[in-house]
Amino acid sequence: MNDQLRYYLARAAARKMDRRAFMGKAAALGVASTAATGLLTSAVQAQGPTRGGHLSVGLQGGESTNSKDPATYASQVPFMYSRITGETLVNINSAGELEGAAAEEWSASADASTWRFKIRSGMQFHNGQPVTAEDVAQSLRRHSNEDSQSGALGIMRGVASITTDGDTLVLQTETPNADLPYLLADYHLIVQPNGGMDDPAGPIMSGPYRWVDDEPGVRHTFERFDGYWNDNVAHFETIEILVINDATARNSALQSGQIQMANRVPPSVAGLLARAPGVEVVSTAGRGHYVFIMHANTAPFDNNHLRLALKLAIDREDMVNRILRGYGSVGNDMPINAAYPLFDDTIPQRTYDPDQARFHYERSGHSGPIDLRTAEGAFPGAVDAAQLFKESAAAAGIDLNIIREPNDGYWSEVWNVKPFSASYWGGRPVQDQMYSTAYLSTADWNDTRFFNPQFDALLLEARGELNLVRRKELYSQMGRMVRDEGGLIAPMFNDFIDAYNGDVTGWVTNPNGEMMNGFAPVLMWSAG
Amino acid sequence: MHPILKLVAQRLALGCLLLLAASVLIFIGTQILPGDVAAAILGQGATEQALANMRADLGLDRPAITRYLEWLFNALQGDFGVALSNGRDIAESIAGRMKNTIFLASVAAVVSVPLSIFLGLLAVRYRDRWPDRLISAVTLTSISLPEFLLGYVIMFVFSVKLGWFNSVSNINDGMSFGEKLGAVALPATVLTLVVLAHMMRMTRAAILNVMQSAYVETAELKGLRRFTIIARHAMPNAIAPIVNVVMLNLAYLVVGVVVIEVVFVYPGMGQYLVDHVSKRDVPVVQASGLIFATIYIGLNLLADIISILSNPRLRHPK
Amino acid sequence: MKGIPISALLGLFFTVLYFAAAILAPWIAPYGMSEIVGDVWEPASTQFWLGTDNLGRDLLTRLIYGGRNTIFVASMATALSFSLGAILGFSAAVYGGWVDQALARFNDLVMSIPTLIFALVVLSVMPVTLTVLILVMGLLDSTRVFRLSRAVAVDINVMDYVEAARLRGEGQRWVIFREILPNALSPLVAELGLRFIFAILFISTLSFLGLGIQPPEADWGGIVKENREGIVYGIPAALWPAVAIVTLSISVNLVADWVLNRTTSLKGGRGA
Repeated sequence: MNDQLRYYLARAAARKMDRRAFMGKAAALGVASTAATGLLTSAVQAQGPTRGGHLSVGLQGGESTNSKDPATYASQVPFMYSRITGETLVNINSAGELEGAAAEEWSASADASTWRFKIRSGMQFHNGQPVTAEDVAQSLRRHSNEDSQSGALGIMRGVASITTDGDTLVLQTETPNADLPYLLADYHLIVQPNGGMDDPAGPIMSGPYRWVDDEPGVRHTFERFDGYWNDNVAHFETIEILVINDATARNSALQSGQIQMANRVPPSVAGLLARAPGVEVVSTAGRGHYVFIMHANTAPFDNNHLRLALKLAIDREDMVNRILRGYGSVGNDMPINAAYPLFDDTIPQRTYDPDQARFHYERSGHSGPIDLRTAEGAFPGAVDAAQLFKESAAAAGIDLNIIREPNDGYWSEVWNVKPFSASYWGGRPVQDQMYSTAYLSTADWNDTRFFNPQFDALLLEARGELNLVRRKELYSQMGRMVRDEGGLIAPMFNDFIDAYNGDVTGWVTNPNGEMMNGFAPVLMWSAG
Repeated sequence: MHPILKLVAQRLALGCLLLLAASVLIFIGTQILPGDVAAAILGQGATEQALANMRADLGLDRPAITRYLEWLFNALQGDFGVALSNGRDIAESIAGRMKNTIFLASVAAVVSVPLSIFLGLLAVRYRDRWPDRLISAVTLTSISLPEFLLGYVIMFVFSVKLGWFNSVSNINDGMSFGEKLGAVALPATVLTLVVLAHMMRMTRAAILNVMQSAYVETAELKGLRRFTIIARHAMPNAIAPIVNVVMLNLAYLVVGVVVIEVVFVYPGMGQYLVDHVSKRDVPVVQASGLIFATIYIGLNLLADIISILSNPRLRHPK
Repeated sequence: MKGIPISALLGLFFTVLYFAAAILAPWIAPYGMSEIVGDVWEPASTQFWLGTDNLGRDLLTRLIYGGRNTIFVASMATALSFSLGAILGFSAAVYGGWVDQALARFNDLVMSIPTLIFALVVLSVMPVTLTVLILVMGLLDSTRVFRLSRAVAVDINVMDYVEAARLRGEGQRWVIFREILPNALSPLVAELGLRFIFAILFISTLSFLGLGIQPPEADWGGIVKENREGIVYGIPAALWPAVAIVTLSISVNLVADWVLNRTTSLKGGRGA
């Protein structure tokens, strides 16, 4: 690097020269714009976070029906505003470890069934009122009691009692649960005054930003809350979330500088968008997976030969290439991948094998077309993926009949109702939660109708097992069971593909969710 | 009473009945649709217990007829209630959205209606010569392209490449009229292109239809300028089909712009209705449906009146 | 008839070409309809004349098969909406009185129910087949045709020649088909050309709701939609089906214009 460039870089990093001017000077010195962006980004990052500025985030996944009540949060925009305005007991950081948030420290009894969380002192709500252990307890109660209407009810199911002891929250679980704190990082479980019992959709939270404007389905604005306990986050003065559900519109807004961050870049254009000057496209391998689910107790899918035939008749590599454009990895017909702790990578990978598929198909004795239901909204590219599946299955002599259902009502009428459909799982922080949510015989969302007493016993054993080697072995056995006997066809795990432009910096990969697990607006800062 | 006034009075009374019928139909429609608001809100994360709790809380466990009558009773008193999904006041939410929708529709209509009629007249004047062909080709192209494609192309050129306008057409109350105009420039352009062809071609066809009439020939023999003949003599007699097509397009500008709203992130009624239909938020769907029905019935009435007024034989029935 | 003008010839040529391609699809398409033959969004080459689509299927093949569905459904729906809308519209105008009032107000009612709700309800109670698709589109569109034809016919109905026919003792059927129809043809033919375009676009809107053509079958609007994300990055896959829609639309309307000229000259005027 020549001295002149170094001089400009230092000035730009110290904000004595604006970004565009720097790019111009760099171009004059013959530096390619991508290289110049890279240099500037690292120089700015080296300076450390700076305070101030305004951030506009363009997100897919907001509707005019959204509410501020955390119990109703379901899509990406409420997820994000939960992170911006709210505070959970703990957070899961980029390395997959727990970090204290509303809880300062926590400990479990020896059998992992009683958990004590010490609530951080000096925290306040946005109206200045202090946050007490009772507020936290009430919040958790609202999501778990008898008349709860919360999306987190399933998560809280295993918690038997919620009590307080001074500044400490005490949770008692029904069965030993070594992973309980991970469940409490769920974005529904943010602290509200008196748990939101009085005003469920009120704007008063305790997170780093406070609510200003709320136009559901259009925009939400926030300003920094000065009473927030952690000075190392919340660098922007104000944040604005714009709901931009159309991908092309979102990317255009990012390129023209109207927004600084966007989620859900379609894989088909991620490579093309990354070539745009000043735009950074980041892909994060996560735990979400695109699946086709069969009801293992419903004909013809109650025949394991048929299930195996279909599992062998899907071309995973091809799907990752065509549907995800390589932004993802192949799945192995179990809901777990390497992004999970305690993953056993010695389980053999299932591959496309039309001959074997034909063999199993013939053994199953089934003939005639098999209906596969899909919808544009089942997962991005679900209709296309079903067509690829049809083509690859045809090579094995299996006739799939694709039925495209409307997005409207898909989750209530098709998924978990019809015996064979396309679906999507967002993944969970730990294996136990994933399996308990959808593969335990009594699970709320046992969408593959997987009833296996041996599997259930292993799951309960693993949940209370504190020896990690043993636990990993148990999870490995469970994974193999689902893979070989279950109703899940998991061809691919998708990456989160997000994008930001050169006006912001400080991106850290976090595999727990899109947009740095929702924390990008809170943790990133202005590049000046 | 003047027959026109009588007609208006009669149609207004019938209009009220139609609105009632529309509200019943929409309500039945929302009941036929599978799923309900509780299942839609809780989505993939719903448990049976949470669903039951929410239904009880929102009163959805009561019979449909009770819910309809209760809604009707309140609506007649001007109370549209609150949205089931997020507890917001419906009248207030709709007022804001409707204002935006009317604003965008007005801007597009103010440009497109006169322009399309003028282009139609021009096309008749230069019939089968190059201006006619050019106007036809351009308008037919713009109408044949899917709206979102037009939107993307215009957004790409004027926002991403040239940077003249924002690609996100967010408007709010804090903006001045000029700022608002700037914000809706791109979506209004797309809408204009979308509705232009229909009105222009109908103007052209309807005027051509009367160009052979004796009085047009008379006017020609009087030596009047050709454009004057078309605009002053032919057009008034071709008004009925034109005004009906204009009405159809105005209605479209108000109720049919969902795609453009999505592409340009414009906070109008279209997306609002779609969101609430997919959440099965019946009171909001009812209220929005009623407003759309009022607009249709009102515009239809207006079109009929203009048609009658434009034709002396209808204006003074024997 | 003074011979067909160039523009109409051009229109006829393309219209016939597209209809022929639609009918002969299985014989002229270079590849199978849903066959994956290449990489995603390959540029045009001697192997793939128009490149490949978002899944790596040959775009030309998709266009040929897509044209088949598009043209068939759009023509049938337009024919249905026209015959139904025009006949009811003329009848309403000619009979007048309570027939007119009932038909017109019922039409108002159907128009005033948002299309989205209408389509979703129909979809949830009926199987999605081509017939249902055509019926739904035809019926929804016929409300628009009804209004136009009624408005035109009301104007004509009070003309002297219609009264003369009535005084002659002609029946209502004669009045509708011999007096009103020829004199209302110009606006209706113009409307027909545009309704055809709207029908093509409407199919793709319905496929967005899940009511459209079922995959792996295709329609032109659907192909535009599938490939739309590439447009702003210079990938032309979405433009080819758009070009197909535009050329077909212009051709159909050129033919309509020509028919329009012929009908105006038929009316005994000085001709064009």
